[in-house]
Amino acid sequence: MSVLRSHLRNYTAAPVCHDIPINGQLLGLHDSGVLWWPDENTLVVSDLHLEKASSYARRGVMLPPYDTGVTLEKLAGVMDAFDPARVICLGDSFHDSKGSDRLPAPYRAMLTTLQLGREWIWVTGNHDPVAPVRLCGETVDEVSFGPLSFRHEPIEKIGSQEALGEICGHLHPAARVRRFGRSIRRSCFATDGTRLVLPAFGALTGGLNVTDEAYSMIFRRRQFSVFLLGNDRLYPFTASRLVGD
Amino acid sequence: MVAAVLPEKFRTWFTSRGWAPRPHQLELIDHLSRGHSTLLIAPTGAGKTLAGFLPSLVELDRSGKRKPGAADNGIHTLYISPLKALAVDIARNLEAPVTEMDLPVRLETRTGDTPSHKRQRQKLNPPDILLTTPEQIALLLSDPASARLFASLRTVILDELHALVTSKRGDLLALGLARLRRLAPRLRTIGLSATVAEPDDLRAYLVDQPDTEARALSHLVQVSGGAQPDITILDSEERLPWSGHSSRYAIGDIYDLIKKHNVSLLFVNTRSQAEMVFQELWRINDETLPIALHHGSLDVGQRRKVEAAMAAGSLRAVVATSSLDMGIDWGDIDLVINIGAPKGASRLAQRIGRANHRMDEPSRAVLVPANRFEVLECQAALSASRRGEQDTPPLRNGALDVLAQHLLGLACADPLDALATYEEIRSSQTYRYLDWEAFEKVLDFVGTGGYALKTYEQYAKLRKGKDGLWRIAHPKIAQQYRLNVGTIVEAPMLKVRLVKSKADGRRTPVGRGGRMLGEIEEYFIEQLAPGDTFLFGGEVLRFEAIRESEAYVSRAKTDNPMIPSYMGGKFPLSTYLAASVRAMLADPESWKELPDQVRDWLEIQREKSVLPRKDGLLVETFPRANKHYMVCYPFEGRLAHQTLGMLLTKRLERMGAQPMGFVANDYALAVWGLRDLSSLFSSGRIPLDELFEQDILGDDLDAWLAGSSLMKRTFRNCAVIAGLIERRHPGKEKTGRQVTVSSDLIYDVLRAHEPDHILLKATWNDAAEGLLDISRLGELLARIKGRITHTGLPHVSPLAVPILLEIGKEPVYGEAMDTILEEAAQELVLEALE
Repeated sequence: MSVLRSHLRNYTAAPVCHDIPINGQLLGLHDSGVLWWPDENTLVVSDLHLEKASSYARRGVMLPPYDTGVTLEKLAGVMDAFDPARVICLGDSFHDSKGSDRLPAPYRAMLTTLQLGREWIWVTGNHDPVAPVRLCGETVDEVSFGPLSFRHEPIEKIGSQEALGEICGHLHPAARVRRFGRSIRRSCFATDGTRLVLPAFGALTGGLNVTDEAYSMIFRRRQFSVFLLGNDRLYPFTASRLVGD
Repeated sequence: MVAAVLPEKFRTWFTSRGWAPRPHQLELIDHLSRGHSTLLIAPTGAGKTLAGFLPSLVELDRSGKRKPGAADNGIHTLYISPLKALAVDIARNLEAPVTEMDLPVRLETRTGDTPSHKRQRQKLNPPDILLTTPEQIALLLSDPASARLFASLRTVILDELHALVTSKRGDLLALGLARLRRLAPRLRTIGLSATVAEPDDLRAYLVDQPDTEARALSHLVQVSGGAQPDITILDSEERLPWSGHSSRYAIGDIYDLIKKHNVSLLFVNTRSQAEMVFQELWRINDETLPIALHHGSLDVGQRRKVEAAMAAGSLRAVVATSSLDMGIDWGDIDLVINIGAPKGASRLAQRIGRANHRMDEPSRAVLVPANRFEVLECQAALSASRRGEQDTPPLRNGALDVLAQHLLGLACADPLDALATYEEIRSSQTYRYLDWEAFEKVLDFVGTGGYALKTYEQYAKLRKGKDGLWRIAHPKIAQQYRLNVGTIVEAPMLKVRLVKSKADGRRTPVGRGGRMLGEIEEYFIEQLAPGDTFLFGGEVLRFEAIRESEAYVSRAKTDNPMIPSYMGGKFPLSTYLAASVRAMLADPESWKELPDQVRDWLEIQREKSVLPRKDGLLVETFPRANKHYMVCYPFEGRLAHQTLGMLLTKRLERMGAQPMGFVANDYALAVWGLRDLSSLFSSGRIPLDELFEQDILGDDLDAWLAGSSLMKRTFRNCAVIAGLIERRHPGKEKTGRQVTVSSDLIYDVLRAHEPDHILLKATWNDAAEGLLDISRLGELLARIKGRITHTGLPHVSPLAVPILLEIGKEPVYGEAMDTILEEAAQELVLEALE
């Protein structure tokens, strides 16, 4: 039975992704918001913001304490589907520096299970500039594999050499499309072909519209594309078709 | 009686004014002197406000000037009004009797605008009479000084009580009253109200409720009548529109009416109607009559100017929304014109009461229906007015989010004893039926969020001491509470700033520094693309861009703006008027009073299809332009129809009828799809009784609500009031909206993981009553059971024309969001292939 299951899993191993080239590498964008790099068997996920609710609770704002669970469940689903050899968490994995310390035991166990048998890289972010405690994995400020470099915050220079092949997060890109007098706002990937910004994966993370000034530091105005996260697929749009908030 | 209750000083004052004390004023003094709480119901112009204050003035006069050492005595009388402008206005009016009689009375106002040093002083050295709002009462009660401040409180006057009790502000006030009664057991209350359907509800609101079935009532003083208002329905030569809310057809008639009267007040139901009517009037204003505009989104300075001009008598007409509905005296208005449907008999009566503040002369009013159905509605409201019937909504059950806010406030003032507080809260009529379990859950919510997963104990806001009392864990929490107090959650607003147009299509930033025109809802601006035009402040504006919390606009060169569709009216049709309209439709005898055009319309309906019956439901089906339509006429108001439409499309989909969308208005509901609904219904493959079965309110409703944006908006309001998410404070907002946690995300997480959470329950209660009107929908489904008439027609019926015309103007529901994305993406592909 287990042989059959593993056979089936191998058979359906590659979930449908939207393939795009970045700096010569074929990368798969997945509607869950993760990035799949098949040649390196690597899965990239950004801005998990684990323990965000408890971070608020410390200040007396009692948000539902279920966000970490929701995020990890979703991550587990993705891991199950892709079965990566390497996982890169692109920063802001925890909502604050104490987040990994607060992580409740069941979630810690869940996360540890996901890490087993995999190379796991924590890239630091502005929310979590330090290495997480009591968890496996290597902590780096940024990391490169081949022609791609992985960091939390994009380098604010357009067309520079460092920005070539940059995979980053931080901005929580979201886009709004308007049609028939109604508009829809979703999280999205944003790319101009040289670099790629991942959407935030965490359950309680909002989005910043790609028409915001912040993006003008990394993309030429309106010369980039977004891939909106839909149910079971991605919806591509060029930036000129998008509206602000 | 006069001599017995009214001191010499007061009698002389009345005489010097050329007045005589009115019987109800004396009766109220008498009741109060016996310690009775009393409800005074009187029409406008009856001297209601003075009546409310007289007992206190008399008492304070008798007790004489306070000795210097007794300066910290506390407040004698609280006056609470729903509008801060009203409190200020009343204070000004009271100055006259106080100075003229040289009464030893100090009266002051306290509103959100009162400077903090004055508020501080009021706590140390309170006035005899404090005029204020429900929010300020809540704030005062959260202060550790509240026990001292209110210990000698004798009277609370609640103005416009009929308007207060129908909202969450009324809940907050009910809780405040319960606390005040405990602090000052000898407290008497006075309610001042316009005529209502159920005076006993208000009487119960005013007093302590016993722990038994029987309901305690205050005393009642009722001033009957006033002169019958003189109401007519506009008899226009113009063609009556089939649908829409603009009343544009009647603008000429309205202008003639304004010319014939000194000062006219024009009431409309929505802001966009106000804008449209104002613009149309000025287009034909050949005599350049001073006509002004007043609505809640205009800049405050602008509004004050209009109000001052009105009071000074320098205006001939004001176009206003409900922002002018209440209280304040607008001088000598001799005509009220109600444009659009009145929506409720009592609402109409209160609006008409704005004209002519002398109760012995009749108010004059003209109703201007905007379409054919509204003619029926106006006729029903007119008959109700003649019979003096009322349809004010029933008393509400107190909301749980408001309770959460109140409990935190109480704990800020004093250590809180759970059981005693529970008893105190249940002594108010509004929270009488609150069970202990719900109370405990709310308390738990206030402390640690109320989650089944107990991970927040270490961060608790309330901690239970060894003495069993709950205390706030940190002084910061009291600070947080003060920032969050109140039950009015404004839709996020953007400031509207006038800039120079950059209509050349280049995407350069628009210049700053223009004039501020007012504020507009964020959700409205979100629908606009740069270049779209809309009406605001009586001008046609072109939307340019959003910068931070401002919407940049320029003057447009067009006369024909894209007017925002604000979904018809803000208020749903009252149940009472709906029943009257149904009765009128079913009884051709009663059509005699209707205009010819409307009568003809109904005659043709009777000929081509059938008339809706009084207690049944008419369902018409017909094909049109490759689609099949189903139109039904429940007359239960837009909200209930929207809910029904959503549920019917879900069910039709499951039954294989492939519905595509629906549209709803106050009277009817239309659903369309690709399959032949006539034959599906008549062949019995889709039994109508099953389609409209009451169980539709079960699983289907739940399934739909999961993703409903209505529900999310409701949740946001509850979460803000209950203190789960922080209120947005104008000017203090962080830029970059990703910083704040989206309430939608919280809602999704909560719904998935703790569907029984107390805040979801509060949200559900709100939605069931307000946005979804589920109780009304339930009554409808029960009423029509076994009484559904289906008529298959070859083409559209006369009665169905109005609702079909709304397709395209009103938002259409029923398409999945992803479909829209797909189509938009598809379009892009086509463009790319061309």
